[in-house]
Amino acid sequence: MSIPTGLFYLFSAVLLFAAFRVITARNPVHAALYLVLTFFQGSMVWMLLGAEFLSITLVLVYVGAVMVLFLFVVMMMDINVENLRAGFWTHFPLIALVGVVIALEMSAVLMGGFRAAAPLPDAASDVPNTLQLGKLLYSEYLYPVEIAAAILLVAMIAAIALTLRARKDSKYVSPGEQVRVRAADRMTVVKMDASAVDAAPVPEPAPDAAATDAPLATPAAGAKP
Amino acid sequence: MSITLGHYLSLGAVLFALSIVGIFMNRRNLIVLLMAIELMLLAVNTNFVAFSHYLNDMNGQIFVFFILTVAAAESAIGLAILVLLFRNKSSISVDELNTLKG
Repeated sequence: MSIPTGLFYLFSAVLLFAAFRVITARNPVHAALYLVLTFFQGSMVWMLLGAEFLSITLVLVYVGAVMVLFLFVVMMMDINVENLRAGFWTHFPLIALVGVVIALEMSAVLMGGFRAAAPLPDAASDVPNTLQLGKLLYSEYLYPVEIAAAILLVAMIAAIALTLRARKDSKYVSPGEQVRVRAADRMTVVKMDASAVDAAPVPEPAPDAAATDAPLATPAAGAKP
Repeated sequence: MSITLGHYLSLGAVLFALSIVGIFMNRRNLIVLLMAIELMLLAVNTNFVAFSHYLNDMNGQIFVFFILTVAAAESAIGLAILVLLFRNKSSISVDELNTLKG
């Protein structure tokens, strides 16, 4: 048994054990941590298959970003685990039977059907995996790459828009209204007839300047001849 | 004996069956349901990478690249919906999702 064969069985065993613990762990934090182990073993299996770029990407994207997001959400919420796990093991024999039947049937077909497929002699083995992938991505798959970027942008906006909570009591100015404001909305010019100040009846001598300006400002004062 | 393509495909099949079992067992826990979906995607991606290696075709790895992109977007939106659900219901149980009776 060569070293890659032994490594394959080691990684596969740890992968399947960690995946089993993900779906049976009582604490969701433990499930998330076992999922980290699962993805790490999966990336090691991919490394055995010669996909270095995707292997590193799986670690960076999943272990680095998605699983941190999972752990963040799990730790943020106060989860009643006992309520969620009520009746967890009641249907276990039937479910395990279904799972074992699925796994055995698929494995029997796949092991029988693809036994003779040996790895072909690699024509471009000296070209690195990342270089081959990059050449394909930026030539033949340029349009799908842009669509993927648009999908990521839409997902980011959707995640922010879903969880954004606008406070009702916060005092802020809407930027849209600030942009749309016009001078005519702020100041109104009132047309009025010219009238003499001395013709206006003055009941008593005004003590301050505000009182003398008052008849001028009111249109009713200008209506008098 | 060396590792054939069937070994990797069987690994993907067993992992896929395990995640199906996980979805059946964690019917109420929405977080573990999302994790089981991620496991399913890992199994499918393993199949793609195995075929890409054994058939000597790089297009399979391109496909895995796009599946990773879409899966990251899916988990981000799923967790946002989960946060929204917990904020409104104070629970993440699937049994609480019964207000959309139509």
